[in-house]
Amino acid sequence: MTSEPAEALSGRPAPLLSRLPLLGLRELTLVPAIVLAVVIGALVSNAFLTVDNLLNILQQSSELSVVVIAETLVLLAGRFDLSLESVVGLAPMLGAWLIIRNVEVGGSGIGLDWRLAIAVVLLTGAVVGAVNGFLIVRLRLNAFIVTLAMLILLRGAQLGTTSGKTLFDLPDGYLYLGSGKWASVPVSIWVAAILYLAFGLFLRFHRLGRALYAIGGNAEAARVGGIRVERVLWGTFIVAGMLAALAGLMLTGRIASVVPSQGQNMIFYVFAAAVIGGISLNGGKGRLLGALTGVLLLGILQNVLTLAEIPAFWIDAVYGGIILVALVLSRVTGGQAEES
Amino acid sequence: MRGEAAAPDTADAAGAAIAEVIAVSKRFGRSQALTNVSVAVPTGDSRALVGRNGAGKSTLVAVLTGMLAPDSGRVRFGGADAPGLAERQKWRDRVACVYQKSTLVPTLTVAENLLLNSQPTGPLGLIRWGAVRREAERVLAGWGMELDVEQECARLTVEQRQIVEIARALIQGARFIILDEPTAELEGREVRRLFDRIAHLQRTGVTFLYISHYLEEIYEVCRSVTVLRDGRVVAEGPLAAMPKERVVAAMVGEAGRASLAPGRVASASIAAKPALELRGVTIAGVAADISLRVGAGECVGLAGLAGSGKGEIGDAITGLIAPDAGGIAVAGTELRRSDVRDAQRKGVGTVPRDRHARGIVPLLPIAENMTMTIADRLGPAGVIVPARQQNAAMRMVRSLQIVATSVAQPIKELSGGNQQKAVMARALASEPQVLVLHYPTQGVDIASKEALFGIVERARAGGTAVLIISDELDELAVCDRVLVIFKGRLTREFTAGWDSEALVAAIEGIGHDERTG
Repeated sequence: MTSEPAEALSGRPAPLLSRLPLLGLRELTLVPAIVLAVVIGALVSNAFLTVDNLLNILQQSSELSVVVIAETLVLLAGRFDLSLESVVGLAPMLGAWLIIRNVEVGGSGIGLDWRLAIAVVLLTGAVVGAVNGFLIVRLRLNAFIVTLAMLILLRGAQLGTTSGKTLFDLPDGYLYLGSGKWASVPVSIWVAAILYLAFGLFLRFHRLGRALYAIGGNAEAARVGGIRVERVLWGTFIVAGMLAALAGLMLTGRIASVVPSQGQNMIFYVFAAAVIGGISLNGGKGRLLGALTGVLLLGILQNVLTLAEIPAFWIDAVYGGIILVALVLSRVTGGQAEES
Repeated sequence: MRGEAAAPDTADAAGAAIAEVIAVSKRFGRSQALTNVSVAVPTGDSRALVGRNGAGKSTLVAVLTGMLAPDSGRVRFGGADAPGLAERQKWRDRVACVYQKSTLVPTLTVAENLLLNSQPTGPLGLIRWGAVRREAERVLAGWGMELDVEQECARLTVEQRQIVEIARALIQGARFIILDEPTAELEGREVRRLFDRIAHLQRTGVTFLYISHYLEEIYEVCRSVTVLRDGRVVAEGPLAAMPKERVVAAMVGEAGRASLAPGRVASASIAAKPALELRGVTIAGVAADISLRVGAGECVGLAGLAGSGKGEIGDAITGLIAPDAGGIAVAGTELRRSDVRDAQRKGVGTVPRDRHARGIVPLLPIAENMTMTIADRLGPAGVIVPARQQNAAMRMVRSLQIVATSVAQPIKELSGGNQQKAVMARALASEPQVLVLHYPTQGVDIASKEALFGIVERARAGGTAVLIISDELDELAVCDRVLVIFKGRLTREFTAGWDSEALVAAIEGIGHDERTG
């Protein structure tokens, strides 16, 4: 009996097959569902399996996917951030407002350089994250209600600043992230891909990334283990805010304007993607790869539903129903019944 | 109360016992919590139940309150067999226990807690709030207790909460009340009032089972005593005929005396600079003016009851809480207040008090749990190189003989003993100069216990200063000397070869209890 563990611990790399479970079947539970959605999509419309359409799906998912990274960081640390979607709207709106000279169309009249405006966009995300962090980490207020209030506040501030006007006629540089192409693939897809790779590795191989898991899994133990829990949490909110601001910039670039409702209702899909992708709402559990499969599934579904010519008014209802089914499926195939 | 009307003879009064357990045994896995325990509490008695940690007190209380079914034996109330475990209401009619933790609904008022689910109602089944208030006031006054019944229970002091819990038990009809360490969080005057209240209730026919670590107290409020050790009744009788020395001797037992290592000569001499030095450390309301030194290679015990402040002293050293005054130094270098990282960098390693709450991140792999304290040494710029983490973990697994199938396994899958070894590994990973160990062998089996002591011994031999925070005699037995902390003050020091009974007496505060003296 004692020889067996000793052998297993001898340091030999385990055979590939036995390592697979370590990679996490949970991360792959959505793959059959994605395949199914693709097959249905191909059956429904000839237009589905074309390079253009697939790139279209990826591009439309790219902003959501970046906010999902942000939310995943916060969820892994065992917290919550609803205000991310308002940052998606407010941050690029603020940048655009500073750029536009014409007060008549809702601008500030300042005429800020677009490079500085991008810095303002990211800074806005960081500031919102810092305030959230202060309220949640320092004042120990409940993350749900703090970020809900922040969401309402920022949404209102966005409307107030431009009196509900849509801002357009923005410099190309400001729109580049959502409109440019590298190797005939939209820049926003590249950006999302790079971010997934970077944050995926960060969460797996950097001690700050691992600290998020430790804090979400057992904050007290993490503290005893020498992790500066408050500082890491605070930093997480700031980074999440900046990612959301970046996603907002990508979205603005794609539609070449900032509408007052930009980002609205996005947070529901962010949570849906993260949770069906296996990120635990209780913290400390799940992987970015899983969250990515969640995003892809939602993106493909949205596209298929549109191509299938489901009456526009019913799309949301069908979408919601499918998310519920996906949740049940991921629970059944994921096998673990302990989390809520 | 001692010397008042002779205590009823427990053997003769058994027929009239308000509560009684007969030949009860209870086993949890491999550990036998209770072995053939028989205790009868006659109506009108007030019985003390004493014993060291793990003696079986909590299990006996759980059996007596119907929270646990015994493996064998019976429970009887007033001569009739106890109701089935599912019949909670019938149990509540017979017995109530006031625990150290609140069992009130914190957001409801005193009155509503007292009459929960039996509020007086009017037409249509609507609650009559005025009647609820008046009824609650009437009940409290009837038992000689005073309290504003309109206030929220969350705002109650410990003393007030106890009053409400007792009153609630009485409303439900229970005339047998178990008090589980009721004075642990009370101040002198409050204790006085509690005793008066108990005496008053006793005169009206309420019977108490009183659990306390403070032996001084039980002589004041109780008439008889039952001593448990290792799940057996080892002594019983009226307190008038049981001097303290006999109670302590029964609690400690022969085994306790035998397990003591015969005066090991401290291999370390305390150098000019001690490895760990506390100077006048004060934590408001918890500990006052604690000064101690631990030399390199020395093992010192810090012994005290729960709530004595020993745990907080350990937490102050590891940087988990900030002392209000005083200084802590490791090898002559001052530690920053309340900074865990700083303490770790300066050479403090720790095994925390509660493994599940503070020791492990259950879902994370063993390797990650063990290397948490050295995550910054596993690669450049904070990157964790998997091979280095794995190698470090593998070394620890081998050196501490942790039984696991793989270091990538979530730590929650390990047995308790192996989890504890992993927590010890985490403490040792940073090669600390000072080890602060809270109950280092808590909840582990004998084999793991010995292995853990071996690990401590090795660290000590390697020049690490060890502070063991515990009141378990077998954990203290490995120490070169033991400091006793009682109610936040260091009261005595024992050097190797001490007498267990004297140590236990000091831990229990005998001769140091100024409150009741």
